[in-house]
Amino acid sequence: MRLPAWLAQHIAALRALLVMTVLLGLAYPLVMVAVGRIPGLSDKADGSLVAHGSSLIGQAFTDKDGNPVAKYFQSRPSAAGDGYDPTSTSASNLGPESVVDTLSDNPDDAKQSLLTQVCARSLAIGKLEGVDGSRPYCTSDGVGAVLAVFYRDGLTGPITRVVSVNQTGTPFLASYKGVTVEPAKNGEDYVAEGGVITPIRGNAPAKPVVPSDAVTASASGLDPDISPAYANLQAPRIARERSMTLDQVQKLIKEHTDGRALGFMGEPGVNVLELNMALDATGN
Amino acid sequence: MAGWLFVITLLLALVAVHRPFGDYMYKVVSGRRNNVVERGIYRLVGVDPSAEQTWGVYARSVLAFSAVSILFLYLFLRIQDKLWLSLGFAGVPTHIAWNTAVSFVTNTNWQAYSGESTMGHLVQMAGLAVQNFVSASVGIAVAVALIRGFAGRKTGTLGNFWVDLTRITLRVLLPICVLATLVFMIAGMVQNLSGGTDVTTLTGATQHITGGPVASQEAIKELGTNGGGFYNVNSAHPFENPTAWTNWLQIFLILVIPFSLPRVFGRMVGQLRQGYAIVAVMAVLAIASIALTVGFEVHGAGTVPQAVGAAMEGKEVRFGIPNSATFASATTLTSTGAVDSFHDSYTAFGGMMPMINMMLGEVAPGGVGSGLYGLLILAVITVFVAGLMVGRTPEYIGKKIGAREMKLASLYFLVTPALVLIGTAAAFATGNNSTALNVGPHGLSEVLYAFTSAANNNGSAFAGITVNTPWWDTALGLAMLIGRFLPLVLVLALAGSLARQKPVPESEGTLPTHKPLFVGMVVGVTVVLVALTFLPALALGPIAEGLS
Repeated sequence: MRLPAWLAQHIAALRALLVMTVLLGLAYPLVMVAVGRIPGLSDKADGSLVAHGSSLIGQAFTDKDGNPVAKYFQSRPSAAGDGYDPTSTSASNLGPESVVDTLSDNPDDAKQSLLTQVCARSLAIGKLEGVDGSRPYCTSDGVGAVLAVFYRDGLTGPITRVVSVNQTGTPFLASYKGVTVEPAKNGEDYVAEGGVITPIRGNAPAKPVVPSDAVTASASGLDPDISPAYANLQAPRIARERSMTLDQVQKLIKEHTDGRALGFMGEPGVNVLELNMALDATGN
Repeated sequence: MAGWLFVITLLLALVAVHRPFGDYMYKVVSGRRNNVVERGIYRLVGVDPSAEQTWGVYARSVLAFSAVSILFLYLFLRIQDKLWLSLGFAGVPTHIAWNTAVSFVTNTNWQAYSGESTMGHLVQMAGLAVQNFVSASVGIAVAVALIRGFAGRKTGTLGNFWVDLTRITLRVLLPICVLATLVFMIAGMVQNLSGGTDVTTLTGATQHITGGPVASQEAIKELGTNGGGFYNVNSAHPFENPTAWTNWLQIFLILVIPFSLPRVFGRMVGQLRQGYAIVAVMAVLAIASIALTVGFEVHGAGTVPQAVGAAMEGKEVRFGIPNSATFASATTLTSTGAVDSFHDSYTAFGGMMPMINMMLGEVAPGGVGSGLYGLLILAVITVFVAGLMVGRTPEYIGKKIGAREMKLASLYFLVTPALVLIGTAAAFATGNNSTALNVGPHGLSEVLYAFTSAANNNGSAFAGITVNTPWWDTALGLAMLIGRFLPLVLVLALAGSLARQKPVPESEGTLPTHKPLFVGMVVGVTVVLVALTFLPALALGPIAEGLS
């Protein structure tokens, strides 16, 4: 019996798919799993596990309430689950002009813009490390310094009203171009009302003391590294907490800094878990 | 400076490899002999490897194989909970299973799901990763069939799909993947069947370190320009991309086949210089795009990057900003869609570049196979435009570009822009744009990016948008399906029409298609076509955001 051509074709297709599935979907990965059992390779194939985690996967060095444990170097902010959750990896995905918070009486509806997150982190780190946490476009109370400016004719004409959109308390600016700045009210959408969103630069230094990686969430939410700059910023606190000299701590940072691969790939990074484990191993 | 060295070394490596590797692929697709494994496979499949196929038969074979693949993968996803190694995950819901099945069969690898909380190991390796291999082979096979159309001497046949599929998979993709997997494991990628390990962190919390056959999947994810990550965060995950040098190697694997295929083209049509002209077009567009993307990201414009002092949101310390931007370019200049940083948080113009790369039709150098056939279509359009200017019948590689050929080429070009623009408009008209995370122009960018990525079979995203709703899964599934197979059938129809022609000898009126002038014209035609099509949409999204 001869099958119709279209049917014969689909049967051939199914047979081809099954052959490929056995070959590429079972034989290939399973042989590679077996190769991964070779001594020397197996530790890596199993996830580079160390005593307190994986040396490739970042973790949070915070207590149960989420506050930094002062004797440990702190990792970057993380958007993976509640932070550094490998079962829920994620970036924040907030854009470069995410600057207006959603203010609400109900804390579940309130949402911080990326700018306010950055400002708040910078302020908190500044406090923790005893340095200046100010940044451009941030208020001194750690939210985004953003005004909604209302013009008489929409985008032009004299200014009729100015609102500091991320603050319900005293605005960071008393007046803008001669018009008194009002605080924001919960539940208002000043963009929908026609306000022109105007971030205010302020006079913070262009190169803030708190480094950029310390105030931004990573891509994976599991970034195991921090920049050498952020490690060095934390060094005095670690030395104080552990009664070590600053030199001792800085020496450990150097030892756990990976330079650029081959001198030109990537950026230098300090593996935070390995560094903290090395700190514990000193017995201080 | 180190960032530019990163790009330059990649370019040098590709220049060094594309000749020997292109020659090797040429031998694979044009050799007559089948080895013992291949003969065994033809017997199991029940096909005659010596049978030559017309374009219709070739196209029906591709479509049959892809249709069966979608059905098989859909069922596999639905019943994964009944099979081994499901890690306790439930069967995948209908709309996500449909979207994912289409996504992997079309070489898109758009992911509406989060790998670590949806997919068991078996469905990852025996379902998804199999399609990573064969969808890549399908793309290369169709490109080779088109070249046979140019090279054919009135034969009317394009080769045999089953032979192309088998040989490309076994002789090109698999050996490189085995090697890459080994190297990746040495770098620290995981490769096991474990459901994960609970560890106690230094401060006493519990962390679940995940496992899985990651390295083997990672190799084909990059080499086949697929891009579907084992985990939600793709190549940003330390288990998918542990070091700065694996980052380099992944970009190299993404680019190596697409940049070597023009060599195969040159060899098959018997004029190496025609291949050089095509690869030159790809290189010009790619270098310009990479330079712009890296430039925009390093410059770091925009309120949040200015407040931060650098565009570090959504980027990893070990890669840094310039290398992340290079990856973003490579993944969208091809049909890969893997990411090592999150494009949604890029600067306005830095985030526009990946979109433009895809809007170019992913031809610089494009997905495996699809990039070459896309660019050959643009070359055909260019000789036609040039022919109009001087009033001669256009021809390319000795074949006349008549009315039928031009209709097919024009239709090919129209498919994806239509899908992107209609899809984006439909999302707004039905209110489904409300699932975007960001507001204002950036919210529009998220929607536009989603349809651009799906219709061009890329798979990367402005990932803030929630797309695992029935509407989004269905709409993007359709965009992927039509965006893959309609152009593919048009390409094969064009190949068939070319294969039936007798080659015309070169005359004085023939436009030389291997000179810098022609390279410049193809670049110009590509950029102008894309600008005319997409500038209005881009003006409402990233351009509005960047200029505000």
